[in-house]
Amino acid sequence: MSDGLNISAPADVLLDVNDLVVHFPAGRRGMFGPPSKVHAVDGVSFRVRRGTTFGIVGESGSGKSTTAQAVMRLIPMTSGQIVFGGENIADFRGERLRLARSKFQIVFQDPFSALDPRRRAGDLIREPLDLLGIGSPREREVRVKQLLEEVGLPPQAADLFPHQFSGGQRQRLCIARAMAPEPDLIVCDEAVSALDVAIQAQILNLLKKLQRERGLTYIFISHDLGVIQHFCDEIAVMYLGRIVEQAPAQVFFSAPLHPYSWSLISAAAPPGPLRDRLKKDYLVKGDPPSPVDPPPGCRFAQRCPFVVERCRDELPILQVEAEEHFIACHRTGEIAPPDFASL
Amino acid sequence: MPPVLSVKDLSVSMNGTKGMVPVLEHLSFDVAQGKTMALVGESGCGKSMTALAIMQLLPEDFRVTSGSILLDGVEVLSASPKELRSLRGDKMSMIFQEPMTALNPLYTVGDQIGEVLRQHRGLSRRDAHAQAIQFLKAVQIPAADKRVDAYPHQLSGGMRQRVMIAMALACKPKLLIADEPTTALDVTVQAQIFDLLSELQDDTDTAIVLITHDLGAVAELADDVAVLYAGRCIEQGTAHEVIARARHPYTRGLMACVPHLQLGRMSNHASAELDEIPGMVPPLGARGPDCAFLPRCAFAGAICRAQPQPPLDRIDAGAAVSCWRHQEITP
Repeated sequence: MSDGLNISAPADVLLDVNDLVVHFPAGRRGMFGPPSKVHAVDGVSFRVRRGTTFGIVGESGSGKSTTAQAVMRLIPMTSGQIVFGGENIADFRGERLRLARSKFQIVFQDPFSALDPRRRAGDLIREPLDLLGIGSPREREVRVKQLLEEVGLPPQAADLFPHQFSGGQRQRLCIARAMAPEPDLIVCDEAVSALDVAIQAQILNLLKKLQRERGLTYIFISHDLGVIQHFCDEIAVMYLGRIVEQAPAQVFFSAPLHPYSWSLISAAAPPGPLRDRLKKDYLVKGDPPSPVDPPPGCRFAQRCPFVVERCRDELPILQVEAEEHFIACHRTGEIAPPDFASL
Repeated sequence: MPPVLSVKDLSVSMNGTKGMVPVLEHLSFDVAQGKTMALVGESGCGKSMTALAIMQLLPEDFRVTSGSILLDGVEVLSASPKELRSLRGDKMSMIFQEPMTALNPLYTVGDQIGEVLRQHRGLSRRDAHAQAIQFLKAVQIPAADKRVDAYPHQLSGGMRQRVMIAMALACKPKLLIADEPTTALDVTVQAQIFDLLSELQDDTDTAIVLITHDLGAVAELADDVAVLYAGRCIEQGTAHEVIARARHPYTRGLMACVPHLQLGRMSNHASAELDEIPGMVPPLGARGPDCAFLPRCAFAGAICRAQPQPPLDRIDAGAAVSCWRHQEITP
């Protein structure tokens, strides 16, 4: 499978995730039954190029946050490889892992619970520098002021506590904190989802500016396709622990191939006759099924309008359909994709 | 025909440490039978307070300081607690953003839907149970006769919101208030819930007040819209008119800062920068006498600084806007 995912010369690949699996125990089926497992992430592979934004989209339970947390080495993984900057950080332990963390940081959805309410903003931003032993105490103070400025907060903000900031300002603090050790990769896990639309635009513009200036690489997780399209160079769609489609943004939004992608797009399309038609033909019914002990076959088979017998028995593998366009569906080529041209 | 809901000059204040702080000022709107009115704005603009004032469920420190709320000709503000109990759930009902916290975890969904019917319609337990199954079918819950005995935690988020809708509509209320009904749900489920709401509205002719920050939802569901900013209505009109030709800089800003999905060949990699509205909504108690949007407004001129809060000017039958410069700046 990894051979099929050879998207470019390794030199510009910052992160190469190979067959990542994260299972959680989920009790037993009945008192004496076999132990159950939540298949949160079930064989996910992707590569992220340096200086680009890799978007992961999917509904709750699709495994997008679990993927991000496993890649950040914040939760134990069941198996797989995470090659970051040429080293397999999946093997890193203890002190080595702690020091390596300076190069990959994460910004979470909820800036209210991500910041210690009893510490001042300046201390919160300086903390990663203290822990990693970066610079002299004086240099750290200078760096804190500089970071505040970069994220658009005044220098006096350093003396305030988190509750004295608005939601958008708190997310700026979280970004400054993530930026502090000068990472190469920042994961934004629904980082703008909890914000009002006006504030969301401010934060997205800030992230874009930082990427331009610092050459940052992002993994950007969201359920909002509009935001994903605006922000990402490459898009992976996850469903119940697996990537079902992956493509450059422009390819994805002009010629998506997976029925689940069609459903997501029809739910997010701009209002009008096209949306009504898309919803009628492609919007799936019901909710995503439970990721506990998923049935064999395609994970999407239960909700897919185009399901055939084979889909229920055999798990489709992510394969190259066109250049840089990957798809996991048995029926690719057999079913007509939606026609956006009539827009 | 008189409107189902008529809100006139409604003001709400909070009793803070520094005295009464205005939360909502001079809000007026009508909702007719079978129509949907959307209240739009960022958090802290007063959308939810409007809903809670209509339901008379305002938190302890909040008080209605002026105005009237007529529901089907009855003044809600002067209703006794007993009268309110018979209004809520019968004539007017509400669905909330988070269906998990709105449902009681200790009772089956059938009991909770049935309670409404037993309370307001005097049905027996057995009849209420049978009716509950019918309502679960009406909100398209599969295997309704089994799900009726399920507890909320056994249902998915989308199912729970369907149960909330079934419960809210059980007595065929004249007015349904939907406070961000899909914000906590997945996108494909959101679309299903919106479809369900508009189907049910076609059947029952219920008037809906939809509270949302999502202008896409407004375009799809609403007939009329009121845009709130810092507790004041700054633009009002038919949904079609406001979306096609927003006049207030805040409304225009709200629409421009959302990245809209572009499909097909038009989907060239989106623009580098989003339009943003700088700054944020002024907190309670920090609102000056002049236009509340002034510090964030790209069109602010000398007149805006010299004048008090602009009145909500009626432009024509369909629209009203509160901006000193709307005639100069409307494209």
